[in-house]
Amino acid sequence: MTLVYPVQSLAAHPPRLSPAYKSTVKRSPSKPLIPMRHTLSELTGPVYGHETVRENDHDLTVQGKGEPIGERIIVHGHVLDEDGRGVPNTLVELWQANACGRYVHVVDQHPAPLDPNFTGAGRAQSDAQGYYRFVTIKPGAYPWGNHHNAWRPAHIHFSVFGHSFVSRLVTQMYFPGDPLFPFDPIFNSVTDEKARSRMISSFDLENTRPDWALCYRFDIVLRGRNATPMENK
Amino acid sequence: MQQAKPDGVTPSQTVGPYFAYGLTPNGKYDWNDTFSNNLVTADTSGERIRVEGQVFDGDGAVVPDCMLEIWQADAQGRFADPQDKRALPNSTFKGFGRIGTDAKGGYAFDTIKPGQVADPDGKPQAPHIVLAVFARGMLLHNYSRIYFDGEAANAADPVLALVPADRRATLIATRQPGGNAVYRFDVHLQGDKETVFFDV
Repeated sequence: MTLVYPVQSLAAHPPRLSPAYKSTVKRSPSKPLIPMRHTLSELTGPVYGHETVRENDHDLTVQGKGEPIGERIIVHGHVLDEDGRGVPNTLVELWQANACGRYVHVVDQHPAPLDPNFTGAGRAQSDAQGYYRFVTIKPGAYPWGNHHNAWRPAHIHFSVFGHSFVSRLVTQMYFPGDPLFPFDPIFNSVTDEKARSRMISSFDLENTRPDWALCYRFDIVLRGRNATPMENK
Repeated sequence: MQQAKPDGVTPSQTVGPYFAYGLTPNGKYDWNDTFSNNLVTADTSGERIRVEGQVFDGDGAVVPDCMLEIWQADAQGRFADPQDKRALPNSTFKGFGRIGTDAKGGYAFDTIKPGQVADPDGKPQAPHIVLAVFARGMLLHNYSRIYFDGEAANAADPVLALVPADRRATLIATRQPGGNAVYRFDVHLQGDKETVFFDV
């Protein structure tokens, strides 16, 4: 099966210049992007095997000497193409703040404690059906300097590859019902409400593990659809 | 498996300022690198090259928190992806690299000069590397291409031909003086010197 990657699918993404998110003002292109046909360079992409993912890379709660502080959660879902087919064997990387809203990154100076047992980085490979699963800690909200009293809603950063270099996606997963949504210019840079909702995980009681951890489902839809779509699907 | 047809793709969000410990730890964090800026493996054939440069914003300030990814064919113009059906003699050459810029916005990739890849009409493209640029302040990464100066095939490249003549130089890495094959390719995110980005 040959997948195609129509540029129309890009309409769901935020505009590169989104002035409410101030850093975009000097970092977004001022000249028009040049349209071009996809060649093999765009239609292929890196392939990495299971050797890139170690046994505990998907479980961010067992990477330290002890257990990290915070609310243990399961985050799982499918990596899908635009037709809803699972994207198999693709690398899913994530990184996030700890339960207090602090990143281990050296530049993060938010005066909230670091957790010696939590780095906040993970990776997994989707299985043959496109399914992936992480165990982690629910990240905290944190302040940032974009405007007065700016706070990022709790989020987990995701980086996914997919079938080609143009299916590459870096995004953020949010949690349902966050009161900070109306005030966050990064979340709201996605102007279409239905598209925004695709960045919000859903609470998953069915897969919540009793006496252990709440579960959230986050399906990630990458570019790519069948070149010859069938009717009535 | 197939689920209900999605409404659309998951929107992109910025990589933010804090990706390094997860995506480009490079020995600075308690996490291992999946990818590196050195694409050359023991059995990689082809001309060894280095591509290096700096990333600048619209004020001409260096961008020290940028992530660059490259994807390229081997010296014979083949991709290490089963979707490219041709045989791959360079079995361990993956063709993919990643790096975070340093305090001066600098980066370097060690790789091999790619061979020519055909366009959809079968016409050869000039040797090029596909580049994806991610950073805080970029809600969606930008795609560009790195071509090589002194390459006769550039004149007939169907993608370069789409670019206004006065902007083509932004896509061409310049060979540096000296015996080693070092090419300089700066990325300007915005402004008069803005690198050409493609709508792909």
